Amino acid sequence: MRRDEILNLLYPDIEDDIVVTIMGAVAAELYSIGHRRNFFYLQHAMGLASSMGLGLALARPDKRVVVFDGDGSLLMNLGTLSTLAWYAPNNMIHVVFDNQSLLSVGGFPTATSAVSDLTGIAQKSGIKHAVTARTVDEFATAWRAARERKELSFVVAKVDAIGPKAFHMDLSLLENRFQFQRWLCEKE
Amino acid sequence: MSGHPARHCAVAERVIAGGLATVNANAAEELDIIQFCLMSVSIENSKIVYDALKRSGVKIISALPETWLVHLINMADEDPETTLVRITREEEAIGISAGAHLAGLRSALLMQNHGFLAAINPIVSLSFLYKIPLLMLISYRGHMGERDPWQTQGGRLTEPVLKALDIPYEHLTNAADVPRQIAQAQTLAESSLTPVALLLSRQLMWKD
Repeated sequence: MRRDEILNLLYPDIEDDIVVTIMGAVAAELYSIGHRRNFFYLQHAMGLASSMGLGLALARPDKRVVVFDGDGSLLMNLGTLSTLAWYAPNNMIHVVFDNQSLLSVGGFPTATSAVSDLTGIAQKSGIKHAVTARTVDEFATAWRAARERKELSFVVAKVDAIGPKAFHMDLSLLENRFQFQRWLCEKE
Repeated sequence: MSGHPARHCAVAERVIAGGLATVNANAAEELDIIQFCLMSVSIENSKIVYDALKRSGVKIISALPETWLVHLINMADEDPETTLVRITREEEAIGISAGAHLAGLRSALLMQNHGFLAAINPIVSLSFLYKIPLLMLISYRGHMGERDPWQTQGGRLTEPVLKALDIPYEHLTNAADVPRQIAQAQTLAESSLTPVALLLSRQLMWKD
């Protein structure tokens, strides 16, 4: 399964959600489908997309927060899973694109390619709804369930280690940041 | 009280972090030690700090426990108007505050200076890069009067690192000044969209 298949599948659903992505292929692919003001691309600070998601979810319980994470990023901040499990914001969906590698920086393998299971780590951290999807159909089922249940949900999408042809995004970091903040303010 | 003061605080810090379940075989002695340490942290001044944070409009407090912060953390925990987020590492707090800020909520970070040192990458690559204000209250361990040898290296480097990062900071030493200093730090963080640090001093937090 390719990451852009998943992003295309869920793109219509996240029109009015607060969306945070990690840097690299995830950001570039979501941006290329079509940027929206409610998308924030965290172009550094690896590991903290889900922590930002928690801050957003606590501050805006009226909105749904969707975080697009990656295996490399999440492995840099595994403590986030226990923090999320503990506070369990019911308005947050944490999607992890697990391509089992650090694709944007040379494709080196991560431990999920060999021994580590992020869904297992999430479950044992205390996240009640944590599943792995290996096909687009499995992902679609998990995604729909996550949106309907209105409880913290964690979905690992096992995707191919294939990135976009170009990582360029015609959006400055601060433009994205202030646009996103403005959108949140208007949706108050 | 018997035993070495350093041991007292090591016991207290372990129990604060891990809960009473970590009190071991020699429980009676350990409980004595914990009580001694907690009594040595100023409740009055912790309350002054906490009240000033509240008046500054802080709604979310991210914290990782350490002895000097114990009353502050308990106050946040018991206050229904404040959301206390117990983090596993200070880096998380930078992300949480960034999310809260973009969503229009004021937040503060309670951390030890070693936690500040642990959070430097996100301070640089999230807070500076994206112009995110942070109100960081940092317990200034390892400075004058410190008995715990393990705190001393971090104590030596805290201010040089704050200066190297060009983070505006002040020392909180006199209780009478604390409300004004916290209010002004919050104002500067928000107007400059940068991190601001307040160093919680031994003089303010600890009753020797």
